Amino acid sequence: MTVLVFLDHESGVIRQASRSAVTAARALGEVHALVTGDAAVADAAARIDGVAKVLRAAGAAAAHELAEPLAAVIADLAPAYSHIVAASGASGKNVLPRAAALLDVQPIPDVVSIVDADTFVRPIYAGSALATVKSSDAKKVLTVRASSFDPASAEGGAAPIEQVTVPEGPAVSEFVSIALSKSERPELESARVIVSGGRGMQNEENFKLLNPLADRLGAAIGASRAAVDAGFVPNDYQVGQTGKIVAPDLYVAVGISGAIQHLAGMKDSKVIVAINKDPEAPIFQVADYGLVGDLFEILPQVEAALDTAG
Amino acid sequence: MKVLVPVKRVIDFNIKPRVKADGTGVETAGVKMSMNPFDEIAVEEAVRLKEKGIATEVVAVSVGVQQAQDTLRTAMAMGADRAILVLTDVAVEPLGVAKILKALVARESPDLVLLGKQAIDDDMNATGQMLAGLLGWAQGTFASKIEIADGKAAVTREIDGGLETLTLTLPAIVTADLRLNEPRYASLPNIMKARKKPLETIAPADLGVDVTPRLTIVSVAEPPARQQGIKVESAADLVARLRNEAKVI
Repeated sequence: MTVLVFLDHESGVIRQASRSAVTAARALGEVHALVTGDAAVADAAARIDGVAKVLRAAGAAAAHELAEPLAAVIADLAPAYSHIVAASGASGKNVLPRAAALLDVQPIPDVVSIVDADTFVRPIYAGSALATVKSSDAKKVLTVRASSFDPASAEGGAAPIEQVTVPEGPAVSEFVSIALSKSERPELESARVIVSGGRGMQNEENFKLLNPLADRLGAAIGASRAAVDAGFVPNDYQVGQTGKIVAPDLYVAVGISGAIQHLAGMKDSKVIVAINKDPEAPIFQVADYGLVGDLFEILPQVEAALDTAG
Repeated sequence: MKVLVPVKRVIDFNIKPRVKADGTGVETAGVKMSMNPFDEIAVEEAVRLKEKGIATEVVAVSVGVQQAQDTLRTAMAMGADRAILVLTDVAVEPLGVAKILKALVARESPDLVLLGKQAIDDDMNATGQMLAGLLGWAQGTFASKIEIADGKAAVTREIDGGLETLTLTLPAIVTADLRLNEPRYASLPNIMKARKKPLETIAPADLGVDVTPRLTIVSVAEPPARQQGIKVESAADLVARLRNEAKVI
C-alpha cells in the first residue's frame, strides 16, 4: 500500500503536526508527500525521515493551500494511493473533506489510533467518547491528531522530488491576505510545556502576567475559549474542542475553570497543573496538581520557587 | 440573494454525553437536544444578512428524525423564513448530508450556503467542505467575518497561525466559526410566529440520494480516566513536586 500525505506549511516551514501525520501514515504503507509552495518546502519534505517521494504542486494556483485547486490535485493523484492523510490542522481540515467528496469517500477526521488499514479510533463529543470506526470505502481519507503520533524526524530522508500539475479550473477563490500572530515562543502544538490562561486572567493586560512564568518554563502560551472570546488574546491561542488539541509534558492551567470544550483539547497532557481560586472548578478533576488560591498572588510565588535552585 | 442554512439537532452542549453500556454509541434517549451551536451562529449570520438587505430569503434545512422539526422551528424563530426537513432515521454521515444538500441546492438555487463548521456530536468538520467539492463551488471555512458585495464574499478565516482572508466568487459555501457573531435568543412573539412559517418534509429518496453510511461503528467507549490528582498547599510545594515527583521541569 502507498499513502499520500499532504504536508502543510506556514511561511515555508512544514508544521511539526505534518511530521506526525508522516508517522501515522508509515503504519499504513510507503509514504509519498504532497507539498505546495517554493522549492525549499519540497526540499524540507524530502529530508523528512520515512518519506519515499515528494510531489510538489507548484505555481500560483497551488499557493496559499487554497482548498479548491489542492483538493483537485489530490483527487487527480488518488488512484495510485490506498490512503490519503493529513494532520488535523486548519489546512488539512479545509482541504481533505473536499478531496474526499470528489472521490465519493466519507472522510475519517481526528484519528488518534490506527487499528488496521480500514479501522480507526477517533474521539467524538469533544473527547467524551472514543469511537472505533471501520470504513467500507475503497480508499480512505483521514486526518490524524498530531498529539497522538510522535513527529517523524525532520532529517534523515533523501526522497526524490517530482512536480505535479494543478488541474485547470475556474479560480473561484482568491487569496487576499494573512495575518499571523507573531511570537518568539514555541508553537502550541509542538511545545513541551504550555501555560494557558482563562477568564480568571480578567483582561488583556493581566493575561501578560503569564509571560514571566512561560519564559522560565520555555513554554508556549495558550488560552481557553472564554479568554479568546473576551479578546484577551488572538484566536490562534485557543486550546479545546474547536481550537488546538495539545498533549505537552506539562500543561499549566491558570484561571481556567475547565469547561468540557477546553478539557477536550488538553486532557491528554502528561502532567496537568491547575491554579484556580474556586476549589470546585472542574479543571481540578483532571489536574495532577491543583493549587487553590488567587492566581495573582500565586504566579509570583511560583516564579520565585522556580528561580530557587532545585 | 437566497441563503440556505443547514442545521443539526444534537445533544445540548451543556450536557455531558454518556456512553451506552453496550458500547454501541452515546445515550440520547431522554437527553436534552438543541441546535448545534455552530449552526446557531450560521443562522444568526444569515438573518443578519437579511436584516442588512443583502439576503432576500433564508431557508433552514435539517436532515434527521421527526424531532428535528423543533430545531427548524428554532431557526425560524431566530428569523429564517421557511424550513425543509429531510426526514430519515438513519444517522446520515457528512457525505450523505452533502449529497442531500447538493440536491436541495439544485432545487432552491441559493447564492450562499452558510453552515456551522462542525457538529459537536460527531465532531466531523466536513459537511461544508464536501458540499463545496460536490458543487465545485468556492469554500470559506472557519469564518470569523463575512462581507458580501458585488457577487463576492470576503471571508476572514481562523487558521492555525492567525487569520486569513479570501475572496470567494458567489455562489459559495461558508462555514461559521465561534467568533463570527453571538446568536440571538428567539423572543416569545417570534417563537409564536415561527409556528406559522412553512415547514416542508421530504425523504432522501425524493431527492434521489442514497444515504447508506460508509463507516460502521465497531464500538464506542469511554476514554481512559485520568488518575485522581492531589491538591498542593503552596507554590513552593508545587514546584518541588514538578521537579522531584513528576520530573517535568
